[in-house]
Amino acid sequence: MAGSILGNRVLRKEDPKFLTTGGVYVDDLLDEPALQGALHVTYVRSTVAHGVITSIDTSDAASMPGIIAVLTGKDLGLEFVPSAYNPAATRTLLATDKVRFVGEPIAAIVSNTREQGEDAIDAVVIDYDVLPALIDLEEAMASTTLLYEACGSNVVFDSMVLGLPDNTGDAYFADCEVVAKGRFLNQRVAPCPLEVRGAAASWGKDGRLTEWLSTQHAQGAVAPIAAANGIDASMVHVKTPDVGGGFGAKIGAYPEELLLGVIAKRVGKAVRWRETRSESMVGLGHGRAQLQYVTIGGKRDGTVTHYQLWAIQDSGSWVDMGTILAPFMTRPMSSGVYAIPNIECRTTSVVTNTTPTVAYRGAGRPEATAAIERAMDIFALEIGMDAVEVRRKNLIPKFMTPHTTVVGQTYDVGDYETSLNKVLDAADYKGWRAKQKVARDSGATKQIGIGVSVYVEITGGVGNGESAKVEIQDNGHALIYTGTSPHGQGHATSWAMLANEQTGIPIENIELVWGDTDLVPIGTGTMGSRSLQQGGNAVFAVAAELVNKAKSVAARLLEASEEDIVLDKDAGSFHVAGTPAVAKTWADLAVAEKQSGGLVHSDVINVSGATFPFGAHVAVVEVDVETGKVTHIAHTACDDAGKVLNPMLLEGQIHGGVAQGVAQALLEEVCYDPDGNPITSNLADYAFISAAELPSVTVVHMETPTPINLIGAKGIGESGTIGSTPSVQSAVVDAVSQFGVKHIDMPTTAEKVWAAIQSAR
Amino acid sequence: MKVTITVNGTTHESDVEPRTLLVQYVRESLGLTGTNIGCDTSSCGACSLHLNGESVKSCTVLAVQADGGTVTTIEGLAKDGVMHPMQQAFMENHGLQCGYCTPGMVMAAIGLLNENPSPTEEQVRIGLEGNLCRCTGYHNIVKSVLACANNK
Repeated sequence: MAGSILGNRVLRKEDPKFLTTGGVYVDDLLDEPALQGALHVTYVRSTVAHGVITSIDTSDAASMPGIIAVLTGKDLGLEFVPSAYNPAATRTLLATDKVRFVGEPIAAIVSNTREQGEDAIDAVVIDYDVLPALIDLEEAMASTTLLYEACGSNVVFDSMVLGLPDNTGDAYFADCEVVAKGRFLNQRVAPCPLEVRGAAASWGKDGRLTEWLSTQHAQGAVAPIAAANGIDASMVHVKTPDVGGGFGAKIGAYPEELLLGVIAKRVGKAVRWRETRSESMVGLGHGRAQLQYVTIGGKRDGTVTHYQLWAIQDSGSWVDMGTILAPFMTRPMSSGVYAIPNIECRTTSVVTNTTPTVAYRGAGRPEATAAIERAMDIFALEIGMDAVEVRRKNLIPKFMTPHTTVVGQTYDVGDYETSLNKVLDAADYKGWRAKQKVARDSGATKQIGIGVSVYVEITGGVGNGESAKVEIQDNGHALIYTGTSPHGQGHATSWAMLANEQTGIPIENIELVWGDTDLVPIGTGTMGSRSLQQGGNAVFAVAAELVNKAKSVAARLLEASEEDIVLDKDAGSFHVAGTPAVAKTWADLAVAEKQSGGLVHSDVINVSGATFPFGAHVAVVEVDVETGKVTHIAHTACDDAGKVLNPMLLEGQIHGGVAQGVAQALLEEVCYDPDGNPITSNLADYAFISAAELPSVTVVHMETPTPINLIGAKGIGESGTIGSTPSVQSAVVDAVSQFGVKHIDMPTTAEKVWAAIQSAR
Repeated sequence: MKVTITVNGTTHESDVEPRTLLVQYVRESLGLTGTNIGCDTSSCGACSLHLNGESVKSCTVLAVQADGGTVTTIEGLAKDGVMHPMQQAFMENHGLQCGYCTPGMVMAAIGLLNENPSPTEEQVRIGLEGNLCRCTGYHNIVKSVLACANNK
């Protein structure tokens, strides 16, 4: 018997296709029969950040070559729809009364070719009565100019409406020996999947709408597409082609996507839409965008006793998912890895005239981690203690049974100090401190900074289980149907490994089906680092049950008792214990069951809750103190995601997560001018991190299995992002702390670092 | 305008608009969708392919500029079902995740090794600066390119 495949570095089944012909993304569906002759949709977008639309003249555009139709919200009879998170906020999917951000879609051009549609954009004449643009969060909170009059305020969600108390201010810290305060901006960033948004829609002769969508969650798109088209959900079929990255921003379906069926019906032909990158930078949701007021207090010996956080979340111009990440993701994780006996955390979400915010890799947890980790650093600086020692002193001790923090969040298992010790060793923390001292003593131009973070996060918090179906074909091969939605994570390989472990069917004979709502009607998609612990777990459980079913079939065929049947995984066949010569293969059993519904099992497997991966990162940077330029020279990450299925894929997730976290710390920020014009709306202006700005990452393994699911796995998709950002930011501050610098907001660009040194000196 | 371009060993005579980009030509006229479009500012490199043996961003070249030229796209790399060593290196080192930047990254990486067969890690990182990836953090891409260089 060969050993288990689980835990091995299995190469990806999906790679040969991506490497030889490329994936088939939504814009590559050239051969799709239902899309032959499809027309192209191009959206006309608002060029002002805030204003009342006074007129839209489409006549010139409509007469341009190749233009089939130019459609406004009024033309399409669009009705106002409420936000899921604050029903007082309503909008039409194409703006009809007001525009609230630069990039908001106002009209749809339908044309024979994509170029004809783009040519016609400027011929659509839109007049506005311009309103003051609210870009600054605190200005928006105080302003009498409202984005949504019916909300009565630009504050659209506050944790106090959940019955949670307000923060009590400085009085909370009356008994503390030491108090440190900070105002930290967790800046707005752009998710930037390499594939922008795209979709296509076609109505069938049966009256059903098929929509091809670049999404993380096809099943979740069915209801909003049905609602936008005024049809029953059973009349909607969503298909997911290959998806070129999502990072949270492709969880929900956007107006541009929801309207394609409506437009296709109007013009009587299938339609395609693919945005440009410049559109994507303003149309695809943004992430983070949280202003944090932090106060931390405690004793001079390093014990933290009190922590207060007011997180002001920028919702952007729509009350979208970003609104609720602060109360439901940041707040529960505000205690981080620390045993702090007194915590107050209020969150306030505010609309502004900017692109709506949505989930972005980490989604609320990076913000919580950044706040508490920066707080630990400023507290350490205040008492003159090493930041690592302050952390160590306050860590929640190792726990293997659930631990509940003072804010009420229960973590499954944790061993934070071990992860900290491991990463310090692997990173040669002491060695770097020695090098730092040499550089400081010599007054060198290039100074070294070392930053450490320790974190815990929530994964699998979305959904409480997942569907799986495993079906054996006549040739003995298996098809797995999953409700998760891979877009780079390697589920085709991982789920095959899990099914192989149970069935013995070689992974090359196992194919994955996903993202097609007719074939997989139940699914929660891929988000929140849930896929392995919920979707993989379901495949593992369902495949085990299928083996039991197969044993009963084999027992019947072999005229034996079911308990006596054994599965020889190496041979891929079943036999009576002790007589392996007479065996039935998976193919034999599938053929035998053909008349009675096939050899197949499906189920929805629940899990009992979220899991809480944790870890620690050490970042080392070099700062040129004359120019402020930061070079990230080393990064070490210890991320404990529980039981590891495929270390190669785990490392890939960590590397990618770290890069996005580092990008936020060092480079990336979505910026607007005071009138609300985006000034980072393409990849030439937005500082998308490249290979040249990153070091290789040292990954330190640690496995603390969770009892929450059968395989012991926690999520790993977002940990790297959560752990890396504060460590890198801290390293930059550390490099220049000798000059009296206590904090530099992200991104820590040369300009900001240089300015911080100048003002501190 | 009439152009004659040899793509992956096959010569095509086509009529293109003067403004047609080379990437539009290979994708839309020839149906070779392995080459992707990731931006509109020549920043991301997803559309990298080889024109007359050199790695270029095909959104920065007009189809008419390639007239009489020879183009290789990701679809033309493998020979008789055997992957190019760079494709193999990406597979063995998990140098791809969602796959969207991958064709351009592989073509750019081959171009890089053509110019510098034994690069250092830093040279690979700087050499691929114009090819963006959001999934891998570049770690395994760099590893793939170095592995391919060392196997030669």
